[in-house]
Amino acid sequence: MSGLDGAWTRRWIEAIAAEVAARKSELTSLDRAIGDGDHGENLDRGFQAVLGKLDALEADAAPGAVLKLVATTLISTVGGAAGPLYGTAFLKGAMAAGDRAELDARALVEVLTAARDGIVARGKAEPGDKTMVDAWSPAVDAAAAAGDDVRGVLEAAASAAEEGAAATEPLVAHKGRASYLGERAAGHRDPGAESTALILRAAAATS
Amino acid sequence: MKKLINDPAKTVDEGVAGFAAAHSDLVRVIVDPPFVIARADAPVPGKVGLVSGGGSGHEPLHAGFVGYGMLDAAVPGAMFTSPTPDPILEATKQVDAGAGVLHIVKNYTGDVLNFETAADLALAEGIEVQSVIVDDDVAVKDSLYTAGRRGVAGTLLVEKIAGAAAERGDSLDRVAEIARRVNSQVRSMGLALAPCTVPHAGEPSFELAEDEVEIGIGIHGEPGRERIALEPADRLVDRLIEPILEDMPLAKDDRVVLLVNGMGGTPQSELYIVFRRAAEVLAERGITLARSLVGSFVTSLEMQGASITLLKVDDELLDLYDAPVQTAALRWGR
Repeated sequence: MSGLDGAWTRRWIEAIAAEVAARKSELTSLDRAIGDGDHGENLDRGFQAVLGKLDALEADAAPGAVLKLVATTLISTVGGAAGPLYGTAFLKGAMAAGDRAELDARALVEVLTAARDGIVARGKAEPGDKTMVDAWSPAVDAAAAAGDDVRGVLEAAASAAEEGAAATEPLVAHKGRASYLGERAAGHRDPGAESTALILRAAAATS
Repeated sequence: MKKLINDPAKTVDEGVAGFAAAHSDLVRVIVDPPFVIARADAPVPGKVGLVSGGGSGHEPLHAGFVGYGMLDAAVPGAMFTSPTPDPILEATKQVDAGAGVLHIVKNYTGDVLNFETAADLALAEGIEVQSVIVDDDVAVKDSLYTAGRRGVAGTLLVEKIAGAAAERGDSLDRVAEIARRVNSQVRSMGLALAPCTVPHAGEPSFELAEDEVEIGIGIHGEPGRERIALEPADRLVDRLIEPILEDMPLAKDDRVVLLVNGMGGTPQSELYIVFRRAAEVLAERGITLARSLVGSFVTSLEMQGASITLLKVDDELLDLYDAPVQTAALRWGR
């Protein structure tokens, strides 16, 4: 594959929706341990709503148009903190993609970087705060260092996000509802970091 | 787990529908976008509009406080989940009479982010919006290392007093200033004897042994600050009120509103046992009990537990507290 086109972007979003639906309970129980136990439920509601709207998009919609539809739908259906945060990520990603018909490795890195920067700006979290930033940040760094092959970039981002999510386990949270727990948050994986890894793994697995 | 529901996925929808049917004299309910519960006569000409909202499961907060002298609209989200910006924006538009709109937001990351987004959108449509963040829970250490204190039962007092200020015709700046003043003078702390179960989760939000109490509980079933062995009510009340008085020192002859709030699964009779001891502590310190409120107003589904809230009042805040209010869950003087 040379670049990622609109059809690939749709398949990626469909893969996320399927994966979120399959792992809804797992995400919710991670959230129940250190949050309020609704992360899987909320993301599933959002991505199911996205699926319902994908059909209305023009068949040849560019990656940016698909990402923008995902953004506005997540903002208006997810709620909680995840809605505005993922909504912002997809919106900034859409803006970085612009109206390019295909994303090459370099454009893909720009999209991922814009998404991460959007989340940081909106949620004001830093690496080490035990949030989704702990998956996004290493993912973007790895993607930027991965070279000129899009598959390589996607695989690097997914692996780094998974490692980042796992690395949130021992951390004490400094943002979000888990921060109320103090030391008691240690020993649990952050659900937002885990769903970030899910989203990026789905991208790497989409052909 | 047993619940009086039809379908876990429809708990909020059916509850809102019932609320609408029961209180059609007070409110009108907008279902698209879901949900906005607006005062029946909104927008009230010349009046600042008050909008609050947040996850469902805390009833009667916030919909129960929509009506004369309190909120102009409430925006309930999914269970324990902040509403999205769309209905918050719609509520803001519904209640704006040209005098501007105040958003009253409990300090949770999701609520703050969604209300911020809605306020930006409202501003883009030419509506003046100010926001007041309520963070009265002393159980959380307010520092750079947490999301800050949570908004809990003190929210009720912010809504009541700001609502009265808006009703008497105060400007948006003035209503916002009064709301912030209430927030700066109100402190709460709660405990849980037993957790709650979110319907779609199907399992308790945390585990508590038969002889354990969670001190410093939030209102989303999120675990609190420490877990201790069960003690007599008076001792537990001391564990709630002492941190409040440490955090907000009160002098002899200071006047307070004392709110004893049930979490949803504790009987009124036990709330009065809590009230009895709390009033005793205030009396020992020479603090004047100006007004009392006892009931389940800011709940956490069926959680067993209670919180204590103290609001330090002056003449103006007391007048506004006493002003007439006519809502589903709070009604006096009218």
